[in-house]
Amino acid sequence: MRPATQHALIAAMATTIIAHADELTALDQAIGDGDHGLNMRRGFEAVLSDVDALAGQPLRDALMNLGTILIMKVGGASGPLYGTLFMTLAKELPAEPTVTEAATALDKAITAVQARGKSEPGQKTMLDVLIPVQQVLARGGSDLLRRLPLVAEEAAQATVPMHAIRGRASFLGARSVGHMDPGARSSAVLVAAACSALEGACL
Amino acid sequence: MTQNVGIVIVSHSLKVAEGAADMARQMVGNSVSIAYAGGNAEGGIGTDVASIIAAIETAWSDAGVAILVDLGGAETNSEMAIEMMQEDRRDRVVICNAPIVEGAVMAATEASGGSNLAKVKATAEELMAQ
Repeated sequence: MRPATQHALIAAMATTIIAHADELTALDQAIGDGDHGLNMRRGFEAVLSDVDALAGQPLRDALMNLGTILIMKVGGASGPLYGTLFMTLAKELPAEPTVTEAATALDKAITAVQARGKSEPGQKTMLDVLIPVQQVLARGGSDLLRRLPLVAEEAAQATVPMHAIRGRASFLGARSVGHMDPGARSSAVLVAAACSALEGACL
Repeated sequence: MTQNVGIVIVSHSLKVAEGAADMARQMVGNSVSIAYAGGNAEGGIGTDVASIIAAIETAWSDAGVAILVDLGGAETNSEMAIEMMQEDRRDRVVICNAPIVEGAVMAATEASGGSNLAKVKATAEELMAQ
């Protein structure tokens, strides 16, 4: 990946998390411990401060280092979960991935996140956004960079009626129903930011 | 350095971690290495991989280290900390599925008698079966 594209991609993901931090915290206050936005912002601020160095590294190293930063800085379960996502992508993505290769890598990364969180789809987590996004990516077709954010957004909305089985929200039992999962929302905004940055780079 | 299994306590709260360590230490004195990690890197409520790795190293014993955790993030971050340790040590660190305070006291007491890592873990986990 060209350094300029890589820079835009990483900066866009970090900037969107920082911009949505208050919203993520508000969602987490409703059904969790209220730290998701703060934790993710701490992690992605550290990513943003390293973006120039990350942009110049091979894709694999950049994603591996991004994942490590999240693990070391986030300070909650989302650190290892997102860290595992990016580190598995680092291992699985070739330097210039095709759509099919990206879909295969994302599938492996989702499996790793699932193992890390001991979770299944349908339990009101980030998986409920990542899995539909991966499925649409795997089917391919035109206009993916515009379609994927919509898929992610719709999937995050679909966590509202779900009953949380994993994480702090599961302590609320049925009271978790009626709120969007904060991890699903952070995944959706990351997907949207990544697609928008890549779309900009392709023009 | 003692050859008894070491104990690490990982809580979202530094005060809980410290208090649980104090209670365990009251039972076993200096016969067991006990270390703790609590709070995020900024001192707020949360868990921090770097401080968990440091606590494991502080409590390190060749007989292994048993970790007691409170809630989800403490377990996930402890698993991450174990994976980030040097390879020859990873297999000798376990996370106990046990209540953090009672588990720490039980595990430390078992460790002080010279039990192996599996036995220390099993003793702490007996609390979950009751």
